[in-house]
Amino acid sequence: MSKHIDLKVEQKKQNNGKTLIMNNASLVSISDFSKEDILSLLEDARCFEENPNRDLLAGKVVATLFFEPSTRTRLSFETAVNRLGGRIIGFSDANTTSSSKGETLHDTIMMVSNYADLIIMRHHLEGAARYASEFSPVPIINAGDGANQHPSQTMLDLYSIYKTQGKLDDLTITMVGDLKYGRTVHSLLMAMYYFHPKFNFVACDELRMPDEYKAFCDKHGIEYHEYHEFSEDVINSTDILYMTRVQRERFTDIMEYERVKNLYTLKNSMLCGSKENLRVLHPLPRVNEISYDVDNNPKAYYFQQARNGLYARQAIICKVLGIKVK
Amino acid sequence: MNKIKKEELAVAALKNGTVIDHIPTELLFKVVDLLGIKNLKNSVTIGFNLDSKKCGKKGIIKIADVFFHEDTLNRIALVAPNVKINIIRDYEVVDKHTVSLPDDIYGMVKCSNPKCITNNEPMKTHFHVINKENIILKCHYCERAVGKDNIILK
Ligand SMILES: [Zn+2]
Repeated sequence: MSKHIDLKVEQKKQNNGKTLIMNNASLVSISDFSKEDILSLLEDARCFEENPNRDLLAGKVVATLFFEPSTRTRLSFETAVNRLGGRIIGFSDANTTSSSKGETLHDTIMMVSNYADLIIMRHHLEGAARYASEFSPVPIINAGDGANQHPSQTMLDLYSIYKTQGKLDDLTITMVGDLKYGRTVHSLLMAMYYFHPKFNFVACDELRMPDEYKAFCDKHGIEYHEYHEFSEDVINSTDILYMTRVQRERFTDIMEYERVKNLYTLKNSMLCGSKENLRVLHPLPRVNEISYDVDNNPKAYYFQQARNGLYARQAIICKVLGIKVK
Repeated sequence: MNKIKKEELAVAALKNGTVIDHIPTELLFKVVDLLGIKNLKNSVTIGFNLDSKKCGKKGIIKIADVFFHEDTLNRIALVAPNVKINIIRDYEVVDKHTVSLPDDIYGMVKCSNPKCITNNEPMKTHFHVINKENIILKCHYCERAVGKDNIILK
């Protein structure tokens, strides 16, 4: 069983955004967005960064349904709604809802859609948001469905890259750590497809980039190189250094984890010869993959990156509700 | 009576209905399941382990007075892409055709991902056929791909 990743882009080309219109403009996967959609969202995010407090959601009620807890993502979305002047209902944990009493997702969504103009949902089951978007009378924003999609994270990554590099085209992006299970690196790879990137994949054998994503790169003429060693040579050619968490539970062999856990840690000294425009990104929370001595380096960008999530999410919310920014 | 006639009679002549021929014998009962034949009230003749010039042993299904929708017949392509369909009216073959995989398959295949929403909600599954030649499907919901050998029929 593997993920097949080609279809989405091709379907997208054929449909030209039809999915968005059909599904009440829901956002389930980053591949629901065309290149034009992405560029206009980045522009809207930029506007929100200039002034995040706008009354664009006045009179609207937004439901945040977190069937699986994720404080970070929920706070970011709820701040976005609050700064847009909307009101929030919802829950942060499925134990407090009727789904713990056996109510179907279908019934919960139908019930909530009576009250809210938009549903932002996170669910541990894969495909939950796609399913909800098929019958919900109000738009759905996917705030993560299991190991599958988390499109607002990808939008904030794109915005962070765009903001720090001044462009998205022709960049060298080095991804480090868990490239096998990390959905953020997979979604970012897919979204960068429009912008002629070059990738370096740095990982141990057990966590290397899955074949289907390399096949995707091959098919679309995207240049990539794979490395076991996290070396300064690789760092020095990089524009964006995307670090990810190497989690113990991903390893079948604990000895292997002990062996590699420190091999993919970024230390400040490793950035000495790096390009002036290099920025270090990380989806957070970090454990030990970035030493604390990197935090004071102006090239460390992970905390600002998290803040960009607010602007990216404000842009996404307005887009699915058909609200013009500016 | 000549030899050919006798062989045909061995699996009962059909006045009106559908004949599904050249089913690889080991897949016969899968096809029977796939078409929901157990629930039919019509008379059905099933031939198993018949000699075939083309494929050694074959299976055949003759269903009286039932003319399946093309989409239903195309489901067979999922397990046995080379079967032949004959439509019979008044003992004559009035139409002969093969089956081909549709672009989308609804409600027929079970997703092999236990964390997929389709395995946890009372809902229809939906797969995209992303490769007709090698039979690779992709779950519309969890986006996992599944190859020919791992397809689980509902
Ligand atoms: Zn599935």
